[in-house]
Amino acid sequence: MDTARVSWYQWTRSTKEDRVSGHDHDHDHEPGVHGAPLTDTQLRVRALESLLVDKGLVDPAALDTLIDTYETKVGPRNGARVVAKAWVDPAFKQRLLADSTEAIAELGYIGRQGEDMVVLENTPKVHNMVVCTLCSCYPWPVLGLPPVWYKSAPYRSRAVIDPRGVLREFGVQIGDDVEVRVWDSTAELRYLVLPERPAGTDGMSEDALAALVTRDAMIGVAKVKGPRG
Amino acid sequence: MNGVHDMGGMHGMGPIAPEPDEPVFHHHWEKRVLALALATGFLRRWNIDMGRYTIEQMPPAEYLRATYYEKWLYRTERLLVERGLLTAGELASGRPDGRPPGARALPPGDVQAALRGRRAARMDDHLKAPTFKAGDRVRTRNVHPRHHTRLPRYARGKVGVIDRDHGVFILPDEHATSGTKVPSHCYAVRFEGRELWGPDAGPRDAIYIDLFDEYLEPA
Repeated sequence: MDTARVSWYQWTRSTKEDRVSGHDHDHDHEPGVHGAPLTDTQLRVRALESLLVDKGLVDPAALDTLIDTYETKVGPRNGARVVAKAWVDPAFKQRLLADSTEAIAELGYIGRQGEDMVVLENTPKVHNMVVCTLCSCYPWPVLGLPPVWYKSAPYRSRAVIDPRGVLREFGVQIGDDVEVRVWDSTAELRYLVLPERPAGTDGMSEDALAALVTRDAMIGVAKVKGPRG
Repeated sequence: MNGVHDMGGMHGMGPIAPEPDEPVFHHHWEKRVLALALATGFLRRWNIDMGRYTIEQMPPAEYLRATYYEKWLYRTERLLVERGLLTAGELASGRPDGRPPGARALPPGDVQAALRGRRAARMDDHLKAPTFKAGDRVRTRNVHPRHHTRLPRYARGKVGVIDRDHGVFILPDEHATSGTKVPSHCYAVRFEGRELWGPDAGPRDAIYIDLFDEYLEPA
């Protein structure tokens, strides 16, 4: 172990006792706007950013672009458009299941954490759901950044050993005659569930269908409800 | 490594508790950490497997207590120091020590192109012939490497069936340490719930895990 790493450990240990561990509720405000003292985490982040900017290792405009991309441009509405298109366009659905990456790219959803996509079709006989037990792998270009529950120990630990119990916790009952397939994203493939199209949606437009599709349905922990719920 | 990050099958972690109408970020600092992590990643001094391995080396109690973006902060700070881009002293003081920076920031105009890159871990198929094909029965190796691996503990020494061959990808194990890109076929392998969890598992539950040639032997 080199000296830099030893110093680093010593440094983290020296600040640990004061830590508020990120469960503070500063919500979305700029740090310290209400006069509340900054938490250790806020101080660390602020110091790191100013240091990296001072040294020319990051560009502030690039940081703003990155935040704007994942806060406002990339999110589950992208995936919902993929699902709705698959529901109304059989040729697209066929391409989507045969070469998911290329079919999703037709809609412009490409890139980081979605370089190699696999779409899993839910049917009356097979229910697919997705987890990453080892970290928090998630298909960013179609679903955006993952929700807290997806990244948390309860879901990561139980999805593979008790999938039906997890689904019940999300309010989803799966019949005994239905196979449940859990996909553990352990490599660089990223999975998107193509949920079943709900009854009562005949003749609905692609846009109206997309509005019904939820993030959780595309992870496989929910079903898509029809327009009358 | 047999770390606390390898959570599949653990008990006692509590209810899942999804948050209705969850915002993308809960705190201002989380946005900054996301951006700093991605922007420093663009300096190309480490790869994604090194990043994961770094988080796996958090002290276990810290790992369990930390939120997602706290883990990212830990990873970013530690890799910057280990790669010599920052010193621990600079991190502690928040002030540059006057040394020339060892890298240059990615220009803002190049950010979108970097995010939209379509090539990451996939390698050319001709670099390695497949060892298995769809339908083959395989047994995962019963191995417990001390380094980074993507063979979860709950699936070691278990028999499954190759569902599909995803093609050739970088083997994460070697990539996480030396950075060498070892080509390896990655397969979706299907395991019956009862093979992994015994008689209490549902008879119609199956778990699919993406696994590399090096993790598998014929069964």
